[in-house]
Amino acid sequence: MKKLLPALALLATSTAAFANPVQITWWHGMGGANEQVINQVAGKFNEAQSACAITPVSKGTYEEALASGIAAFRSGEQPNILQVFDAGAATIINAKGATIPAEDLLIQNGHSFDRDAFIDGIRYFYADTEGKFIGMPFNSSAPIMYLNTGAFAKAGVEAPKTWAEFEAVAPKLKEAGYIPLTASQLTWQLFENFYSRNNIQMATNQNGYDGFGGTELRATAPEMIAFWTRLAAWHKDGLFGFYGAGWADNQKPFEEGKVAMWIGSSGSFGGLSKTATMPFSATFMPWDETASDGNKSTFIGGAALFAMSGKPDDQNKCSADFFNFLTTTDVQAFYHQATGYVPITRAAYEKSKADGWYEENPVAEVGILQLLEPQGEWSKGYRLGFYPQIRVIEEREFNKIFSGETTVEDAFKAIETEGNELLARFSKTSG
Amino acid sequence: MRDATHHPAPPGLIRRWLSRPGPAPEPAKRVQFDQPLLPWLFLAPQLAVIFVFFYWPSVQAITSSFYIEDPFGFGSTFVGIDNYKDALGSREYQRIAGFTALFTVLVTAFSLGLGLLFAVKADKVIRGRTSYRTALIAVYAIAPPVAGLMGMMLFDQHIGPFVRLAAWFGYDMKVGINYWDTAFAMILVSVWKQVPYNFIFFLSGLQSIPASVREASVIDCRNGFTRFRTAILPLLAPTAFFLLIINITYALFDTFAVIDVMVKDKPANNPMTLVYKVYNDGFRGNDIGGSAAQSVILMVIVLVLTLIQFRWLERRVHYG
Repeated sequence: MKKLLPALALLATSTAAFANPVQITWWHGMGGANEQVINQVAGKFNEAQSACAITPVSKGTYEEALASGIAAFRSGEQPNILQVFDAGAATIINAKGATIPAEDLLIQNGHSFDRDAFIDGIRYFYADTEGKFIGMPFNSSAPIMYLNTGAFAKAGVEAPKTWAEFEAVAPKLKEAGYIPLTASQLTWQLFENFYSRNNIQMATNQNGYDGFGGTELRATAPEMIAFWTRLAAWHKDGLFGFYGAGWADNQKPFEEGKVAMWIGSSGSFGGLSKTATMPFSATFMPWDETASDGNKSTFIGGAALFAMSGKPDDQNKCSADFFNFLTTTDVQAFYHQATGYVPITRAAYEKSKADGWYEENPVAEVGILQLLEPQGEWSKGYRLGFYPQIRVIEEREFNKIFSGETTVEDAFKAIETEGNELLARFSKTSG
Repeated sequence: MRDATHHPAPPGLIRRWLSRPGPAPEPAKRVQFDQPLLPWLFLAPQLAVIFVFFYWPSVQAITSSFYIEDPFGFGSTFVGIDNYKDALGSREYQRIAGFTALFTVLVTAFSLGLGLLFAVKADKVIRGRTSYRTALIAVYAIAPPVAGLMGMMLFDQHIGPFVRLAAWFGYDMKVGINYWDTAFAMILVSVWKQVPYNFIFFLSGLQSIPASVREASVIDCRNGFTRFRTAILPLLAPTAFFLLIINITYALFDTFAVIDVMVKDKPANNPMTLVYKVYNDGFRGNDIGGSAAQSVILMVIVLVLTLIQFRWLERRVHYG
């Protein structure tokens, strides 16, 4: 301690010698390998200029980051930038006055902003009805299907493109000694993105974009019930493994090489490259061949960054500079290549192609390719209030289906009824 | 009160005013403060703490429970008792309340029962008594989240020894998927965590029973169990009553960390207690009004439980 104090004093005086950079904070919900990449991105920004210094702080999970952000905002202690995940988008976008729309922030601080520079699939999810960006898309992902290449070689089958093809190959993979399929977040992958991938309406009022009043979830859509009836049967026959609602519960057996196919996130690539014990590749999430207009792009998953209001102008300028920095091609390409999250601008995608990144890592291109699939009427996004809580209901009912406590019909009826109650409650919040 | 019946006198202020000129009926035995403000000054820090950390949040919770509020605090709609109706009328809430009751009864009963059993047995050990006691008490040093984490590993579907043990008996245990399997794991971990606490108190309770009483009871009764029931247990009653209250509070509130770690932030269909539901709706779901109503309900439950305990149970406890 005695040695430390003079050292600290020295440090304090030496930094005071320079012009003090404006400090801004950035709260996020990433952990593990992805948190380290965030720290690298922040470090790059701090090195690239001297006017601003950003400090990233991990607040735990996505849900915890949003909850901390809200609690902080209510007590006037909000960070400059808050990362909010897809399901929480309605909560923060509805709270007009909590954030400065990303597009306004950039333009007010002298940056140019071109909506067309962004990849189509990313443009609508965090934007208002006029298409103005409220949140700055940051880590964007698509649910993709990872493949245990050894399992496919052993069973002598090809990766399925549709669920009918899955039905054909799964028994062979089971015979070869593998659990054919697991999936890590059923709510995001096989519920929300079942709508987008197969172009089915998820909720009334244009999936909730037209306003919160009277919006209703279409959980009992016949296509949804039919698909989940199949999924439940696959589970019974040992073709689909379910090990709990937690993300890692279902990723772990895949990493250990026990599972042939695992639906994860394109953002899982960076971590999986380190943890997988066997060679793997990836392909699109299968679509439902019975859907009348299927094989469309999925919703953008992941999270966006929101500039919180109530901060002094010099700090807002720094937030704008940071947003601008994030969209630069080099940073986007770096982030994409380090994590597996999709590049959000066309230029970054072109750069990664030119770098030869996809020749070395074909898996890294799967997410972006899936998002570049033709967009259906219903694959642009959804805007549903209290959606994190609705996901809790979905998780509960899905769990009940696989433990045999309920039927598929009853489960989706419960999701629809309870979900609509929450949506009705949410429409009262802005009152 | 007793004073008033013995010396009938006008009540309240008038009596005090009347009695002032004359000599006091009793010489001042109690400590009196000359300045009326001084005791309040001494009390102020404690009152401030109670006000800031108890009354103020309680009032806030009660107020919010009548509104449906935008999470960021921009708008709110007064909805009367709708939040209460929504919570109490929801089948999911009723299911969780039922589980909480069962969980509390089982955790309290087992941790008290096992704590008492171990204490009685450890009290009799003569050789190596310190090592036995240390081994039994050591568990209490484990923080609840760590206990939850250990429980999770013991019940892990891929590597958990308990799952293997169950499989050996031909049972496919699925903690995290099967409701009752998870409930079993939660109760086991919660009980395990609380037994040492009860053990310490019961052991010290047993050791404070005078040897003369024990010896007298040996002369009166030959049956060890009857002796325990009729002589030792009544003398342990104050300790047991104190532990009962502490254990119920533990099961209702302090098991939060165990549950949180075991459901891994995704409750899904796993059992949870009412406190966890408050957290889940308020902090994860950002439904502040609904969550506030639930916490008020919980406050009322605890109030009623405490009243019952002190009004009915404590009368039967004999403080020696």
